[in-house]
Amino acid sequence: MSTAAIPKAQFDWRPLALLAAIAAIGLPVVGSASTWATLSLAGLAMGLIIFIIASGLTLVFGLMDVLNFGHGVFIAVGAYVAVSVLGAMGGDGGWMASPSALLNIAAVLTAMVCAMGVAGGLGYAFERVIVRPVYGQHLKQILITMGGMIVCEELIKVVWGPQQQALPLPGALRGSFVLGDVAVEKYRVLAVVIGLLVFAALLLVLNRTKLGLLIRAGVQDREMVESLGYRIRRLFVGVFVAGSALAGLGGALWGIYQQGVLPQIGAQVNVLIFIVIIIGGLGSTLGCFVGALLVGLLANYVGFAAPKVALFTNIGLMVAVLLWRPRGLYPVTNR
Amino acid sequence: MSTPLLQLSGVHTHIAAYHILHGVDLQVPAGEVTMLLGRNGAGKTTTLRTIMGLWQASQGTVTFKGHALHGLRTPDIAQRGIAYVPESMGIFGDLTVQENLVLAARSAARASALDTARLEWIFGFFPALKKFWLYPAGKLSGGQKQMLAVARAIVEPRELLLIDEPSKGLAPSIVNNLIAALRELKAQRTTVLLVEQNFNMAKALGDSVAVMDNGRVVHSGRMAELAEDEALQQRLLGLSLGVHQ
Repeated sequence: MSTAAIPKAQFDWRPLALLAAIAAIGLPVVGSASTWATLSLAGLAMGLIIFIIASGLTLVFGLMDVLNFGHGVFIAVGAYVAVSVLGAMGGDGGWMASPSALLNIAAVLTAMVCAMGVAGGLGYAFERVIVRPVYGQHLKQILITMGGMIVCEELIKVVWGPQQQALPLPGALRGSFVLGDVAVEKYRVLAVVIGLLVFAALLLVLNRTKLGLLIRAGVQDREMVESLGYRIRRLFVGVFVAGSALAGLGGALWGIYQQGVLPQIGAQVNVLIFIVIIIGGLGSTLGCFVGALLVGLLANYVGFAAPKVALFTNIGLMVAVLLWRPRGLYPVTNR
Repeated sequence: MSTPLLQLSGVHTHIAAYHILHGVDLQVPAGEVTMLLGRNGAGKTTTLRTIMGLWQASQGTVTFKGHALHGLRTPDIAQRGIAYVPESMGIFGDLTVQENLVLAARSAARASALDTARLEWIFGFFPALKKFWLYPAGKLSGGQKQMLAVARAIVEPRELLLIDEPSKGLAPSIVNNLIAALRELKAQRTTVLLVEQNFNMAKALGDSVAVMDNGRVVHSGRMAELAEDEALQQRLLGLSLGVHQ
């Protein structure tokens, strides 16, 4: 197909410019370039973990208009599975205790894969038992998914106990790389790499495959997708399971990032991820990515410069974005 | 009259507490363009949506090539060879023109797998689609979106096209393009059930006609007969269609 006469579609750069502007403003606010670089990397790592967790939720909402307030349970389960897997590999001769950096990293990656598998399986059961009976009923969705999360939280306490569980880093991922005056924590680099890989994979699937086309189209108009002959329910289950698995991966990353896990971890992060998907625009993967990075960067800059204001940062950011763009940074759905 | 490809018998449809269709009987002959006419609120759109399974018939039967459609899910109905162009057009605004067409072509995994001869045939009617091939469909004009909606329905051969008011809100020149495209489809013996309020378009395209009022088909016959009989037009369609002539 000849593209000579095709007018250029304008990509909306302004949300990305906002991200760059906040990073630039952060420099004078923080004061020191090395501290700013450290905080920026911490913000990126935090933002990318939040993105991993929230990306599935935004597609679930966009595709089937399902308000899943129980998404946090997949985060918690992912984190606790990581506790068990890393715990099992922590004894003498285990990969965690090995002096080999490769084995250390393999241990963490194994924990993440297991977290994804268990959270994905739980997501499948959650969709069938809890979400499916309440399609199209928002109030019931909110109540039943929150109820499901409370039940799962209690089950986590039964299995792993109510106390905080430690999630120590293996030796190879402890400490920092020092580049001049800038200290870069090794684990944060790993989190950034994994976050970027997930983002790239999502973009690849969404933009380069027919499955991705279906998901993007379904987010906009699921009835029309069905009228074209595609079973969107099946697609939705797949997205729900994938979103749950990603939340599990994010939970494992978050737990290791915090170096400890509480049964309430899901509920704690839940509010944050809803803020992110609202900021990004419901159903938008790119919006979710930019929103998560905004939240991560702001939390780190403000937490450093004015810790008392940090509690207000996320809500303040959401209010400001919605005043600018009432449907979020990159709106996709008409809801 | 040819064998009906699609047949509705005594179809009732309820939407929530509202009883919209009150026993619709309709036959769509194979290889013909059947016009479904009637004033606003007569039940034309509901009839199309009921055929597509977007709303379920509460009573009556819908058969396509002799097989029951009622009770099937929308994707299963579409997979039997029925394409639907809704009144809202149903364009995926964030997707490009190309992506919209790839999605509509169920057998094509990617743009390169689209039937290029068929695409060129479509571009012959709707050259704007070629020009804006990689452009987000949401940025197209209303007429271009309607072209895309129709193109999506014919990007692969389908046995039956259900098209809901394609001329609504379009400039006369674009309506003429649309008529030309539908005439070409008609010449190829594609079966079409076309909801329309533009009587000139109905006259230009229709082989047979059904007129609806209050959720029922109150007249069915040959389009040519209705086009020639002004008294019948006045009785069946009143002033509501006259406005559009």
